[in-house]
Amino acid sequence: MKFGKKSLKLMSAVVGALMVGGLLAGCGAGGDNDKEIKVGANFELTGNQANYGTAARDGLKLAIKECNDAGGIDGKKITLVEADSKSEPSEAVNAATKLISDDGVKVMVGPAVTANVMAESQVATDNKVPIIAPCATSPDVTVENGKAKPFVFRSCFIDPQQGEVMAQFASKELKAKTAVLYLDSSSDYSKSLGKVFKEKFEAAGGKVVMEEAFLAKDQDFKAALTKIKTANADVVFIPAYYEEVGKIVKQARELGIQSKLLGTDGWDDPKVVDIAGADALNNTFFSTHYFEKDEEVQGFIKAYKEEYGKDPNVFAALGYDAGKMMIDAIKRAGGTDPEKLVKALEETKDLQVGTGKITMDAATHNPIKSAVILEMQNGVKALKAKIQPEG
Amino acid sequence: MKYLRKNDLIMLAFSLVLFAVLQVLISERILSAFWQLNVLIVGINIIMAVSLNLINGYTGQFSLGHAGFMAVGAYTAVICTANFHLPFIVALLAGAAAAGFIGFLIGLPTLRLQGDYLAIATLGLGEIVRIVIMNIDYVGGAAGFKGIPHNTNFAWVFFIMLFALFFIKNFVNSNHGRACLAIRENEIAAEAMGVNTTKYKVMAFTIGAAFAGIAGGLFAHCFYIINPMSFTFMQSFNYLIMVVLGGLGSITGSIAGAFVVTFISAALASWPEFRMIIYALALIALMMKRPQGLFGYMEITNASIFDKIFRRGRV
Amino acid sequence: MDFTHQLVQQLINGISLGSIYALIALGYTMIYGIIKLINFAHGDVYMVGAYIGFFAITQAGLGVVPALLISMVTTGILGMVIEKLAYKPLRHAPRISVLITAIGVSFFLEYTSMYFVTPTPRTFPAVLDNVAFNVGPFVVNGQQLMIFAVTILLMVILTYIVQRTKTGKAMRAASYDTETAQLMGIDSDRVISFTFGIGSALAAAAGVLVGIYYNSIDPLMGIMPGVKAFVAAVLGGIGILPGAVVGGLILGVVEALVAGFVSSTFRDAAAFAILILVLLFKPTGIFGKNTREKV
Repeated sequence: MKFGKKSLKLMSAVVGALMVGGLLAGCGAGGDNDKEIKVGANFELTGNQANYGTAARDGLKLAIKECNDAGGIDGKKITLVEADSKSEPSEAVNAATKLISDDGVKVMVGPAVTANVMAESQVATDNKVPIIAPCATSPDVTVENGKAKPFVFRSCFIDPQQGEVMAQFASKELKAKTAVLYLDSSSDYSKSLGKVFKEKFEAAGGKVVMEEAFLAKDQDFKAALTKIKTANADVVFIPAYYEEVGKIVKQARELGIQSKLLGTDGWDDPKVVDIAGADALNNTFFSTHYFEKDEEVQGFIKAYKEEYGKDPNVFAALGYDAGKMMIDAIKRAGGTDPEKLVKALEETKDLQVGTGKITMDAATHNPIKSAVILEMQNGVKALKAKIQPEG
Repeated sequence: MKYLRKNDLIMLAFSLVLFAVLQVLISERILSAFWQLNVLIVGINIIMAVSLNLINGYTGQFSLGHAGFMAVGAYTAVICTANFHLPFIVALLAGAAAAGFIGFLIGLPTLRLQGDYLAIATLGLGEIVRIVIMNIDYVGGAAGFKGIPHNTNFAWVFFIMLFALFFIKNFVNSNHGRACLAIRENEIAAEAMGVNTTKYKVMAFTIGAAFAGIAGGLFAHCFYIINPMSFTFMQSFNYLIMVVLGGLGSITGSIAGAFVVTFISAALASWPEFRMIIYALALIALMMKRPQGLFGYMEITNASIFDKIFRRGRV
Repeated sequence: MDFTHQLVQQLINGISLGSIYALIALGYTMIYGIIKLINFAHGDVYMVGAYIGFFAITQAGLGVVPALLISMVTTGILGMVIEKLAYKPLRHAPRISVLITAIGVSFFLEYTSMYFVTPTPRTFPAVLDNVAFNVGPFVVNGQQLMIFAVTILLMVILTYIVQRTKTGKAMRAASYDTETAQLMGIDSDRVISFTFGIGSALAAAAGVLVGIYYNSIDPLMGIMPGVKAFVAAVLGGIGILPGAVVGGLILGVVEALVAGFVSSTFRDAAAFAILILVLLFKPTGIFGKNTREKV
């Protein structure tokens, strides 16, 4: 069999071009120099979770821009190198590897979604590159076998805290006796919150009478909601992200479910109101990281609006926090030496970030942060409770 | 026959040289970690593409469920290594066996279907496999399986890939392979000539699935974590793209297709917003220029290279 | 609510979901019918239609009906352009190459949209009243009824066009044998282009209506409905208009019943399982004719 001349030419052209491209990309390596500090952003920029990843990235970019506008760190500018985890854990590993080996970043922020951070954390540990997860709230992200993963940090509170807060709120404040869990079974975040809620709610004397599940990107929730309606529970706990939450709340009310709906920080996006409608959202409560009318977050909200022309959502706020935390640590560590940086991150104390103050718990690499519970009243958030962390 | 064997030996020698060169590049760290990882991914994708080519290209059965078999292999293998601490090779073989078995089970009834009906049925089966895995808590459900040992290295991938290539090449050139080709060209005629079409279709399906299972095992031990999201029908499309881009019914083509697709994706990693747009345009343009794929039915063999080098004028 | 009540409500949910699948499947099946192409980009054309409708309503301040028409026309033209640029040059290429091109077009539409409109979901303003009708213990709302009515209406109109008009005759001829049709004086290229236009306009209609109904659109919204619509079309017998509607409705009802009485997480698996079961007994779908291939 002969091999066509034309195809060989085409083939070699394509392969040649790619190899050159690869080499050029490879040449970009070589960490810090005198003028800049390279940091990596590994986020979900394409795929199903792109709306969360890009929002967090925008928040991070704002934090870095503010720092650079203020003269950088010791006169050095921060350069952000982005990589795409394509909303898939294996690709998160690939992207992290690229940032570390080809772009030579010394610290990384991201990804947004827990499963992707879990995959990335091993690469970070192997290469001794600290990472900060802005919004992965599952406890396993930073802790393994009871010990903190040395290079993995986060800048948000964790699920047990949030789940407990909501369970207490449901049984004490709302006097709920029965609850239904409606979980996103494709998300670690949702499942782990559901578990904590159930445990704490039942410990407080309530009863979980039904558990239902949906999958991220579903459009139609009416079948499961029809079933949930039959349970006629006092509250329905829906720990999920805003895109699905908006549709769930809308369809639940359309089917005539009058129960109080409870949620978590994934709800905290102006889009929820747009999708569900203000009326449907009455009688819903969720826990989140900050209350938009609080004094201390006004600076961040204003800056974000000026930069992007829209209100931040919770992912953007947490991305900004992670950026602030990273910048502060680099400043105190006097550079990006991994050991020093880890130490500086562990010593983060009373740092003013976008959503409040954070102090790092060196034993778990989880920050100690306050949480708030908000109620939706005719499409406007109202502060229901502010919970200060213990200790 | 003798001629063939000599050629095989030359190919083998060439492969060993290639392996040595790449291994040096990797162990001397001349290739960055990112490109090392992508070399592994290329190898795994070649196994996937070649095995899918056996089903789609050589036997002419339009399958869109290859990622499902990969998932079966991947999960079986990680259960073996992470939960039962079995040796890696045993885990890979178990993955292959499980995927092959599922391929056989699925193959028997569905291969009655033809063309696009088979395509959508296999797509559905791949999704069913994924959804079932997602609902098994023992393997981590939707959150994925964590704590997988990092066993896959270049040598594993390369030699398994080599084995897959030689196996499928020899299969295609055997009696069985010719029966498969006959089915592709015309199923009814093949049947009339006494080819047991069901038997050969199921055989091709099972072998293809088994190799996808091995590739799944290798893939899983590359990334510390596997997640059902990695095995959606979009992933099956990806392998189909590699096969068609390279040329249906050409092993060389599958290698080229896997290579081109993986490296386009890796080379564009620095421009995430444009990566998929450029990839899409490249795909459309390539199909436009070469609808039969880069290689069509052609193969690079020693003889063709020999022709190229020494008899230039007469090609 | 006892069991029967829940069953009836789930049937209502299922039919409403199914009519959405059916609406998308109509365009799918028409395009398949004429050039035997699994147009994987159909779901993304549906997405583009939804976005055009969205911008017509929010940016140009139009009402629903003009926005719907604008979206249908623009998307119809887009469909014809796609056909001309991406599929027509491959008319004599192997079918699988055209399929890969369709996947390429699908990626292109998804990610170009994502670049321009960002991955953040958009929401339609409240343009259509959504009255809930409470019939005894059951709930049906106005938009569900509207989508169902539009689906049936479009099916009837399309069947009329295909079966009774001259263009329809040309379409059927081109579908049966493109080249012979050409010899008989039918401009096959034009007929194919026309079919793409209609199919894409249908997708746009579905996009706008579904966008309003669920009140949320995003650049990847077309992937799953695209696959489900394809499943619906195959279930009913691909290329057959009433088949697409029946297939869509069956799919919707099966999904609702499985989600309601078994588990939501197995819903998609059940949809595929029912497809495979039907195909095993009727390899060409419910309404498909079993043509025996000759050598």
